[in-house]
Amino acid sequence: MNLSRSARWVLRLVSWVGLAFLYVPLVVVAVLSLNTATSLSWPPQGLTLDWWRAARKADGPREALWSSVKVALAATAIALVLGSLAAFAMHRFRFFGRTAVSFLFILPIALPGIVTAVALQNSFDRRIDLGLVDFRVGFGFHSLVVAHATFCVVIAYNNVVARLRRTSPNLLEASADLGARAGQTFRYVTFPLVRSAVVAGGILAFALSFDEIVVTTFTAGSGYQTLPQWIYANISRPNTVPLVNVTATFVMAVSIPLAWLAQRLSDA
Amino acid sequence: MTSLRRGVLALLGPPVAWMLAVYIGSLALLVAASLFTTDPVSNEPTTDVTGDNLRRAFTVGENVAVVLKSAGVALAVTALCIVIALPMAFYIAKVAKPRYRRALLVSALLPLWAGYLVKGYAWKAMLRPASPFGVNTHGGFLDSVLGVTPGFGWIAVILALTYLWVPYMILPIYAGLERLPPSLLDASGDLGARPLRTFRSVIVPLLIPSIAAGSVFTFSLSLGDFIIPKIVTEGKIRLVGNLIESTLLAPNQPLAAAYTIWPLVIIVAYLVGMKRIGAFESL
Repeated sequence: MNLSRSARWVLRLVSWVGLAFLYVPLVVVAVLSLNTATSLSWPPQGLTLDWWRAARKADGPREALWSSVKVALAATAIALVLGSLAAFAMHRFRFFGRTAVSFLFILPIALPGIVTAVALQNSFDRRIDLGLVDFRVGFGFHSLVVAHATFCVVIAYNNVVARLRRTSPNLLEASADLGARAGQTFRYVTFPLVRSAVVAGGILAFALSFDEIVVTTFTAGSGYQTLPQWIYANISRPNTVPLVNVTATFVMAVSIPLAWLAQRLSDA
Repeated sequence: MTSLRRGVLALLGPPVAWMLAVYIGSLALLVAASLFTTDPVSNEPTTDVTGDNLRRAFTVGENVAVVLKSAGVALAVTALCIVIALPMAFYIAKVAKPRYRRALLVSALLPLWAGYLVKGYAWKAMLRPASPFGVNTHGGFLDSVLGVTPGFGWIAVILALTYLWVPYMILPIYAGLERLPPSLLDASGDLGARPLRTFRSVIVPLLIPSIAAGSVFTFSLSLGDFIIPKIVTEGKIRLVGNLIESTLLAPNQPLAAAYTIWPLVIIVAYLVGMKRIGAFESL
């Protein structure tokens, strides 16, 4: 399409303003984490690393960080197994109800977080009597893992299924023609092809779980606090402003490079 | 049993069983939970069936008004996301030099992973109005740099939610533009259409499924949000998510479940509508 020079300039300008809109707030928080003043005013009154030093010694964010990492690792492991299995099945087979199944995986991220949160809170809290078994899930580490795994499945699924779609079926046929059994084809052809997509899906699922707050708030119970919960609890307290700034900047500094890495892996 | 059925069952059995048991089961229990009364002393849900919770959620004017306002916010956010994402995605996909495209797209998507709370908090820092009280009377970034801030109100909620979800709109529109054959645009030009006409009559109609796909996320994620209004309006504005949260903490689990049916019904209706437009082929 032949756009006039001025049209190109307008589009370029709009895009750069758009990118600035996306990045300025993040930079503002990062700069405020170095602010000597303890408020959110701009400009910062002076720059210091004191808050970063203080944050390293603070117990609250550190314990919450490890809680988050543990939940995210466990949830990612479950999501990767379930998501990859589903991706292989959906790619390999055509069957009745296929669309409904893909809908099923998308649902937990397509429905508002509060719906998922209240639904899981309600069922974990309830005594479930199935005749043979009678149990109550309750709240804590395990309920968070189950809840997080449920909305992370779709991330693993999407990454693996996208890679499988780009993989030529000729490779699998060639492997079979050369006498490989189904298991061998999987081990020597299919799995190496999807490995980086599984890793990318794992990183993104980890990041999603690490960041989640709505479902977490309702399914953690009182004894367990993740990093987003710590931030949320401290966000409106005036005297923890510097510590929240540092923690928020830390979260960005960890998750943005991870997401970038995942992007590179899934392009590969 | 055929090998097809065995294969499907072996691979799909575990993930589908998990999703049905944990998720669909919980949604079903949620709907059921709204039908019970609450014990007036212990606040625990009882086993007595009642229609009161649903009646309160769906007929009390105050509650319906909160839902309508929330839907209005979600629609405004979606519209704003489309307005921002269309030119950006178009620039990245069709105008920028091909070797920069990937980098530009990744730059537009990376903020998605910066942390939801971090971004909500960042907008609190951006929007803070100057205050005549306290040690520090300076406002936040917008007030100090641009000299104007909408402050902590409705605009703040819409702005912060748009900021959070706009990458979800950029990605499908970009993907839609990439799939668009350049020959169509050339044909439109050859037939005498100016770029704006081509955009309106060729590009936008073909992008409708992509926009619908993006809107599933912008609309749904905005509709149920209760944390952003809390952070960027300091609790002054209450959306349906806040109504659900405060009712659940009251604690009145059955009534909270009844309120939750609102966003559930709205989003399921929205998903069905978007599916008709072809949103799910573009996800």
